[in-house]
Amino acid sequence: MSSENKKDEKIYFFDKPENVKRVLYVFYTLCVILVLADFVIHRHVYLVWENIPAFYAIYGFVACVALVVVAKLIRKVVMRKEDYYND
Amino acid sequence: MIELSPFIIFYIGALLVLVSQGHVRKVILLVTPLITGLHLWFNLDAGILTTYSIMDYELTAMRTDKLSLLFAYLFCLASFIAGIYSLHVTDTKQHVAGLVYAGSALGAVFAGDLITLFIFWELLAISSVFLIWARGTERAFKAGVRYLLFQVMSGVFLLAGALVYYHNTGSLAFNHIGLNSTAGWLIFIAFGIKAAFPFLHSWLTDGYPEATVTGTVFLSAFTTKVAVYSLARGFAGEEILIYIGVTMACFPIFYAVIENDLRKVLAYSLINQIGFMVTGIGIGTALALNGAVAHAFSDVIFKGLLFMSMGAVLYRAGNINGSDLGGLYKSMPKTTVLCIVGALSISAFPLFSGFVSKSMIMVALMSENYGYLWLLMLFASAGVFHHAGIKIPYFAFFAHDSGIRTKEAPTNMLVAMTIAALLCIFVGTQPQYLYALLPWEVEYWPYDTTHVLVQLQLLFFSALAFVWLNKQGLYPPELHSTNLDVEWLYRKLLPASAQRGIRILQRAKESMMTTATTSMQSIGKTFSRSTMAKYHLSESWPTGSMVFWISIVLVAYLLLDILGT
Repeated sequence: MSSENKKDEKIYFFDKPENVKRVLYVFYTLCVILVLADFVIHRHVYLVWENIPAFYAIYGFVACVALVVVAKLIRKVVMRKEDYYND
Repeated sequence: MIELSPFIIFYIGALLVLVSQGHVRKVILLVTPLITGLHLWFNLDAGILTTYSIMDYELTAMRTDKLSLLFAYLFCLASFIAGIYSLHVTDTKQHVAGLVYAGSALGAVFAGDLITLFIFWELLAISSVFLIWARGTERAFKAGVRYLLFQVMSGVFLLAGALVYYHNTGSLAFNHIGLNSTAGWLIFIAFGIKAAFPFLHSWLTDGYPEATVTGTVFLSAFTTKVAVYSLARGFAGEEILIYIGVTMACFPIFYAVIENDLRKVLAYSLINQIGFMVTGIGIGTALALNGAVAHAFSDVIFKGLLFMSMGAVLYRAGNINGSDLGGLYKSMPKTTVLCIVGALSISAFPLFSGFVSKSMIMVALMSENYGYLWLLMLFASAGVFHHAGIKIPYFAFFAHDSGIRTKEAPTNMLVAMTIAALLCIFVGTQPQYLYALLPWEVEYWPYDTTHVLVQLQLLFFSALAFVWLNKQGLYPPELHSTNLDVEWLYRKLLPASAQRGIRILQRAKESMMTTATTSMQSIGKTFSRSTMAKYHLSESWPTGSMVFWISIVLVAYLLLDILGT
């Protein structure tokens, strides 16, 4: 493995922090455009909640943060050592 | 001949694989699903009924309609892709098991009666367990045994249900069954075990990650989809399925977020996706049922693709723990791209397959006024993207560089993954071809501005949450760990309580023994002190004790005699 490592000194795309930043900026811009689009494009609305501006964006963000926070709490209850079942 | 039941071709293929090797075997592995698929497409139309009789029972070996045909096409496709993926494998039993397993899935979806269904149900169980055992470790062996127990239990419920059903209705035909009889419930539980209903799901998350690299790809395609098919045929429109389905869609995503073994993450996400299908079946409208079936189709392809990409990682890096991987895009760029296609498909990005199938179920929930459940399913949708769409590719291929440098996946794996990826994009961009195969008549088109916009908002902001949590250091790190799930009940609680029970019994036995021996000794002492001990017969202890016991037996006879008369 180490000999392969030495040969592999090539710098890859995400090794440069500025590339990571660039990708993230593109991503943030797309997020902003999607929220702005919510005010420009008329959405069909079936349920009351959907009337909230940028409902889906807010819901997606909140849902995922909630998911991770709850999952971390669940970890406190269910997490055991890797060899817990002894096999 | 023209109406040959397709499972037979697979079984013949399995036999030929058993006696061949090298290139001949490889050709058989690929030709079997191919000619079965062509046979299905050109020779078999809806409306065929082939019957046979065992004793007095008239059974239906093959019944074709649009529902069974769609699943049959899907199974041939899945078997073909998994076949390419496993071409490098030299282990005969895996190839035989794979073909028998796929063939049994075909037999099950064409089964027109419950007994035939039961036979294939058990063949599915028995053939598939070899894909877990083939891993060769003790851990895999034990997991396989547990897996088999669940599968056999499911078969027992199915057989019991079938017999009660026959007793009640005088028919064994497998059509809509419903939940208004005991037989219905028995069969429902049988299907529920195979569909990994909550609390009955642990065979899946326990067994699938232990299977071989190629075995898991086969496993992910057939068992649960046969169950989805069976539920759609037997229990469409049963409202309880909506609640079961929503639970299945929601609870596994929490486990998926904290699970370290990336193939186990995918196993949890498999339950999550079946949750969407089960919900669709529960709603029971034409749109919802079409959605459930279409989603089963998409899921087999994209979940297969994800399992294949993680299998490739396991094959090359020798490890599949999120905590030990990272930076593999440098060594395995093609696998990375293909994995991302699978991730986008499961997350239901517009232009990918999940989008065109899952949306039917979501729209059906909305139009049947299940607003709150729809919110939960929207949560589950965001969660899928989070754990399967981002976590899987991120921790395997990006994240921090683990320093692992390996080779790109073998060519056959890349070919299999490429076919699956192209299918994901094809179904996502040209859904009309899949829609034309759906069993129920309904007009639906997924692409309109509202739908695309809201889906993109949901997904981009789910991703934003991931970025934000990671930057804040709030994202739970991947850790070497075991997370307790339902299997704790029978892997820990049951053995522990059994051991405890045995210990209590042992202690009781010991104390009884000591009481018995001390009282025996005191009786012996009293006896030796008595006048009887002087007689010749009782000079030595054994003879003395014999006399003692004989007298007790005689007294007992006497007492019995007195009491008897």
